[in-house]
Amino acid sequence: MVAFYASFVWLIIRYGDYNPPAASAHGEDYDTLMNFNMYIIIAVFFLVNTALFVFANKYRQDPGRKARFFAHDNRLELIWTVIPSIVLAVIIIYGLRTWNEMTGEPADDALRVELYSKQFDWTARYAGADGEFGLANYNLITPTNPLGIVTADGVADALAEIQGQIDALEAELAHERGHLLAQIEEVEVELHADDHHGHGHGDHGGDHHGMSDERKAMLEARLHELEHMLEGSDVLVLSEAAQEAKEDKVHRLKRHRQRIMEVKPFDYEGGVASWEAGADDKITKGEFHLPVGREVEFVFRSRDVIHSAYMPHFRAQMNTVPGVPTRFKMTPTITTDSMRTVLNDPDFDYILLCNKVCGAAHFNMQMKVVVESEEQYNAWLESQEEFLADKEEAVETDARAEAAGNANNESATL
Amino acid sequence: MAGHAHHEESFVSKYIFSQDHKMISKQFLMTAVFMGIIAVMLSVFFRLQLGWPGESFAILETFLGKWAPGGVLDRNAYLALVTIHGTIMVFFVLTGGLSGTFSNLLIPLQIGARDMASGFLNMLSYWFFAVSSVIMIFSLFVEGGAASGGWTVYPPLSALPQAMPGSGLGMTLWLISMTLFVVSSLLGGLNYIVTVINLRTKGMSMTRLPLTIWAFMVTAILGVLSFPVLVSAVVLLLMDRSMGTAFYLSDIFIGGEALDVTGGSPILYQHLFWFLGHPEVYIVLLPALGISSEIIATNSRKPIFGYKAMVGSILGIGFLSFIVWGHHMFVTGMNPFLGSVFVFTTLLIAIPSAVKAFNYITTLWQGNLRFTPAMLFSIGLVSTFVTGGLTGIILADSALDVNVHDTYFVVAHFHIVMGMSAIFGMLAGVYHWFPKMFGRMMNTKLGYVHFWTTLVAGYGVFFPMHFVGLAGAPRRYYDYSNFEYLDFVMDLQPIISTFAIIGAVGQLPFLWNFFYSIFRGQVATENPWKGNTLEWTTPVEHIHGNWPGALPEVHRWAYDYSNPDFEEDFVPQTVPLKAGETEH
Repeated sequence: MVAFYASFVWLIIRYGDYNPPAASAHGEDYDTLMNFNMYIIIAVFFLVNTALFVFANKYRQDPGRKARFFAHDNRLELIWTVIPSIVLAVIIIYGLRTWNEMTGEPADDALRVELYSKQFDWTARYAGADGEFGLANYNLITPTNPLGIVTADGVADALAEIQGQIDALEAELAHERGHLLAQIEEVEVELHADDHHGHGHGDHGGDHHGMSDERKAMLEARLHELEHMLEGSDVLVLSEAAQEAKEDKVHRLKRHRQRIMEVKPFDYEGGVASWEAGADDKITKGEFHLPVGREVEFVFRSRDVIHSAYMPHFRAQMNTVPGVPTRFKMTPTITTDSMRTVLNDPDFDYILLCNKVCGAAHFNMQMKVVVESEEQYNAWLESQEEFLADKEEAVETDARAEAAGNANNESATL
Repeated sequence: MAGHAHHEESFVSKYIFSQDHKMISKQFLMTAVFMGIIAVMLSVFFRLQLGWPGESFAILETFLGKWAPGGVLDRNAYLALVTIHGTIMVFFVLTGGLSGTFSNLLIPLQIGARDMASGFLNMLSYWFFAVSSVIMIFSLFVEGGAASGGWTVYPPLSALPQAMPGSGLGMTLWLISMTLFVVSSLLGGLNYIVTVINLRTKGMSMTRLPLTIWAFMVTAILGVLSFPVLVSAVVLLLMDRSMGTAFYLSDIFIGGEALDVTGGSPILYQHLFWFLGHPEVYIVLLPALGISSEIIATNSRKPIFGYKAMVGSILGIGFLSFIVWGHHMFVTGMNPFLGSVFVFTTLLIAIPSAVKAFNYITTLWQGNLRFTPAMLFSIGLVSTFVTGGLTGIILADSALDVNVHDTYFVVAHFHIVMGMSAIFGMLAGVYHWFPKMFGRMMNTKLGYVHFWTTLVAGYGVFFPMHFVGLAGAPRRYYDYSNFEYLDFVMDLQPIISTFAIIGAVGQLPFLWNFFYSIFRGQVATENPWKGNTLEWTTPVEHIHGNWPGALPEVHRWAYDYSNPDFEEDFVPQTVPLKAGETEH
């Protein structure tokens, strides 16, 4: 028992100072509330476990003694119903007050930053010079537009991309060996039927006039073309299932194309909004910056599965849910540099990580957060490229990220 | 009625397709022990990786083969192990195993019934359980591995085979297995409720029921009301996976393709899942609390303190458990006001829980405590119930949950309050009713060894996890070495893993004791613990119909221990009231 307590106390002392100071305004309230609750539960923990242990030792069996027949006592029971109720009432009221502050409306001048999650990395988006986020639509996601931001270019690119895929697949299917053979057979059957016209087909009446020469020439040309294709080097041999899968894919791509064509930038108040609000948005990967002392409202979106944006130093967390944007606001209060001084650790960095299991590389889905002065922040934002400013580079960055993602994904199959 | 017990039975009807509640109870127990061994082994495997990340362990390659190439656990396999460990422990050991074993054994015996209301449904309940267990184990061996999205299998991760290897066939089998499991649970639950309500013997009024029966009945009611919701969630998920529906899916781009899904909500699944999931916590816990109430009273030689308050607490917890599920979802973007409501209802549960804890302690006070292994495990349960329950106060507070949600703090919390408590209750029940199940006694000394190693190892594993969680370490990470800010708590990981291995090895004395005692244990007497309840009036040798003659008649409550009006320190329920004696 003593050893037990000693080890608990050692743990509490050694690891009880669990975190560096909170680096956000609500984080300080959070820590105060946490400590308040902790004192209560640690006290009750020792009280109850001690009582258990002491009673267990003191009232060991003695054959000569009879236990006290003590079946109930309303006063006692009332006491330990009412006292916990009062303590809990305090905990609830205090907790909800903090909760309301944390989840209240953000200030009008709050900086808005979008955090976008996918397997297995994060992207941050800033509104750009116009201070307005472009709308986003998952149908527009392409290598050059990883967030699916709605712009005229974005729609055109997505359409071109999808059309390219459809054309490629249709070309492949057209050169499929079985498909070619079937077509050849069809043409041959028709030609053949014409040869035998009048022999034993007497029952289809007078409406059959045989094949025109034009049609016949056309069929023969087609036959020739098909046979030529069959001998070509790009003939594919596909199993029935593979062929079906490709046809299915074409079908899905065409539906996707339809959905892209239906994309319009829409604004509930002003009808059709500007197509270009998104064009100057800024997108960053690997790290994102925040100005100190200014409230920031995060808007979270997810591309594939549920992730969770967790920033332990700021006592901040919110799930990112595909199809359902979520929000969280906070005010960073300590710059990265100050925190490095406080912790006496020149390598310290704030971090954003994923806290909802999302696949093989879940454990390494992180992004650096830099908190700095307003001027430094502005300079940094200035230096970031506008969205679509340099497509080539965007493709490159994304390809590198994809490669990293694939490396993360790849893993011995179970 | 005596003749009832002596007709010939074939091996098959006696041991396999038995309709006798005592045999079905043993079948549930054996299956649960088997599933428990597997789940513990899985946890040791992933604890090896967490304690010593990236190091090679020959044992991993021996057991897991291609899942641990070169003895290093694969990342997807890690997630599969975590998922199946959780699933088996929560559903197969602590739901099916715990309720299946003890509700079956004790409900007819303690209320004075010949058997369950429907022996046939009872048998079906076991066989659905057995088949779902087999499918769950089988899913470990399929291409792509078992389900890997965590035991809660949130979509879209679990809905999209492109998202991870474990979301393929393994996931489908998981869903099928769970559906069968729910059928088993419903058949069992309905049977328990009907039996308690209809088949109580003469004099066994509801207020004379032992607390075990109250707990089992409320558990069964919770199960019958909440498990069907899980089936809905599971069937919708199956349809999203294989029929192109989009109940849970919207705006998803994965595998280089924008899926043709809009309008579904992944959050809907979470609401449905936790509508079962939270009552499930109490489905696991209440039977353990019922068992420990009975054992603590019997071995303190004292009436359980505040019987009516205990019954009220069970009912209160049962009711409240249905309106707290949202506390699992504070950071899903749920409306903050709705969050506040769930904070309130959740913290309300602390009140009946506190009443129960204090009543246990008062029962010990001035008792005459007999330390059987069952008693030790029951007292251990009170300790873990309180320790784990207290951290629940932190997690129920939505503001505080923000920073500890899905961290090791949560893992520590529910393993102590639900895992350890419920396992302790189950083990206590096994030690206490072993003579009733198998007609022999278990070895007490080995029981002591088992208890102390389990208690020390259990706290050794889960207590340090609180600090790992408070430092901000997310759960279900394969490796934490990429995070500098966590370095200072990560030296706890090898300690935790060491205790986990000790805990696992510490179950060997129990297994030896259990199986050895079935065949070679000291032969039991009819009432070895000098208990008041009706099961101790049945013969040691099992017979059909439980009592050779007429059913016993009940004249008093179950807790007349050390009643000053009597010489002996126990008064069985069948003893008539003395002239002038008032009933408690």
